[in-house]
Amino acid sequence: MDIHEYQAKEILAGYGVKIAEGGLAYSPEDAVQRTREIGGNVWAVKAQIHSGARGKAGGVKICFSHEEVEAAAADMLGKRLVTHQTGPAGKVCSRLYIEAGTDIEKELYFSFLVDRSHERIVMVGSAQGGMEIEDLAENNPDAIKKIYIDPAVGLLDFQAREMAFALGLDSTQISHAVRLISGCYRAMRELDANMLEINPLVVTKGGELITLDAKMGFDDNALFRRQKIAELRDKTQEDSREMAAADRGLSYVGLDGDIGCMINGAGLAMATMDMIKLAGGEPANFLDVGGGASPERTEKAFRLVLADEGVKAMLVNIFAGINRCDWIAEGVVQAVRKIDMKIPLIVRLSGTNVEEGRKIIADSGLPIITATTLAEAAEKAVQARNEQVAKEGAA
Amino acid sequence: MAILINKETRMIVQGFTGKIGTFHAQDMINYGSNVVGGITPGKGGQTHLDRPVFNTVKEAVEQEGAEASIIFVPPAFAADSIMEAADAGIKYCVSITDGIPTQDMMKVKQYLRKFPIEERMVLTGPNCAGTISPGKSMLGIMPGHIYQQGVVGIVGRSGTLGYEAADQLKELGIGISTSVGIGGDPINGSSHRDIIEKFEQDDETKVIIMIGEIGGPQEVEAGVYASKHMNKPLVAYIAGLTAPKGRRMGHAGAIISSVGEGAAEKVEMLLDLGVTISPTPSAMGETVAKVLAKM
Repeated sequence: MDIHEYQAKEILAGYGVKIAEGGLAYSPEDAVQRTREIGGNVWAVKAQIHSGARGKAGGVKICFSHEEVEAAAADMLGKRLVTHQTGPAGKVCSRLYIEAGTDIEKELYFSFLVDRSHERIVMVGSAQGGMEIEDLAENNPDAIKKIYIDPAVGLLDFQAREMAFALGLDSTQISHAVRLISGCYRAMRELDANMLEINPLVVTKGGELITLDAKMGFDDNALFRRQKIAELRDKTQEDSREMAAADRGLSYVGLDGDIGCMINGAGLAMATMDMIKLAGGEPANFLDVGGGASPERTEKAFRLVLADEGVKAMLVNIFAGINRCDWIAEGVVQAVRKIDMKIPLIVRLSGTNVEEGRKIIADSGLPIITATTLAEAAEKAVQARNEQVAKEGAA
Repeated sequence: MAILINKETRMIVQGFTGKIGTFHAQDMINYGSNVVGGITPGKGGQTHLDRPVFNTVKEAVEQEGAEASIIFVPPAFAADSIMEAADAGIKYCVSITDGIPTQDMMKVKQYLRKFPIEERMVLTGPNCAGTISPGKSMLGIMPGHIYQQGVVGIVGRSGTLGYEAADQLKELGIGISTSVGIGGDPINGSSHRDIIEKFEQDDETKVIIMIGEIGGPQEVEAGVYASKHMNKPLVAYIAGLTAPKGRRMGHAGAIISSVGEGAAEKVEMLLDLGVTISPTPSAMGETVAKVLAKM
């Protein structure tokens, strides 16, 4: 789960990390009010969306008067910002963070991440901040310092010092940097974060270290024990269909194609999407209905897939293990009868009680297209989709 | 031979008396697995499914000679159960539980490393379907009847995609020595490479199929190992060609977060390493059949 910059900064400030003075605004008037409270004569108006690279998308503006703040706020609020991380639909901005301007001497990069190969938290830093770490890794990998943390003993002071020196900080800044690094590490561990990125971490003209942008992501599997973090979820930043699916215990990811999918198991779901693509089609979604697909669950899954009006055909691929094909078949038949489907449905069943399952589909009298293998199912789905598109075009 | 489990392997079930534990323990017993008891703290001394219930894993090891364990404990307590099994001297543990926090798994892995390698418990999962040596024993939740006994070793992240592979092989009359699910989490007990190493040592296994997916470095690491140290052929299929970057595809670990983690990139690197690729998920069976025919 991702959170906003302002939320990450609030959390980090609680761990002793220095941030610039700032406040949240929901309207241009709010924004001006925050500007007055902060004081000074330079402010940054920052769109709060769950994405990096906001600057290039017009989501960060440096302002020198209250009028400029008001205009920038009016411009950003309610707007969909599109960055290379948001996808083409972009993310809507409904909150702003107004922050005191900072005299920047130097921009650094600093983060903690989960390293899957080493199975540890890794601390990553670079004296060359401001740009995305992926770009830096590609263009100048030697400029990146990585230090792995032993989960049994945690971050050690000498490691924090080693990082501070690698960031090119001078001796007067080291103890401050060690505090910042230790604070970030504690936040990471105590809150079950899986990433914490400060980019840029800036050295001001006065020699101070300030967290200018902060990003935190949390382990979804640990939210059950991090209630306060779970409450920070901003549903406006997430796909509404995905949220609806999650509320029903289904795992759904919306995609750009037009062949709807309902599959059991994440791996088989990805594989089925691959088969659709290889057969010349494009999947509309990833949907894992999980192990115990009851008729109620099947119906919910159908409604979810069909809520996407762009879907031209739907493919159901179930490999029943714990499940039974006859239960799935009954669920499918019930769902189709209840929902009154207008598009072709292709069903492939395999595994436990497959013969009984196929018989239920065949005896239902419904116009369901059946397939026995994965390849056949994908080909039939693409063919049915093409016929449906042609039919709609003619109508 | 097969790997990890055999007909004699003495197994226990952690989370024995719960609904899910009971269902799958019964299924394992029906398959012929040598289930010698189970653990539910506080219910020690009772009998469940005609087998003794223990309060601790240590008691099950002492009194029943338990060697392998399967865990059905809820996510919040699963890491603790895994470490309890390791401490008690269990040799092989399958964690079925889906949803264990990543930092808990880091702790588990660190804890396991403190044991000397020859005494260290092998863990597969979490978030997997378990392990089956067809015709011999099952320590998992898979439909046993779709697996035919034979010479192919399967290692995969996904449960149902593993079933798909077993089913395709059966259609072609090809059987399996052992099928191991390593699970869909970002940090798991054993990697593809760990399991492939065991298949290389196993007399019964002639060819290995690795069923991977987007996210993480494990498939390529396994390919590097195979190209340097293995005599047996390795076949691979990588799911997720259509998966967009940065989106989690069901499994906690199935997310492309850096260069080299996409399916197409993994396939390319594996091809360079001399791994035989099944181009589609429906060709897993025939790709293995072709490799076998050449041997």
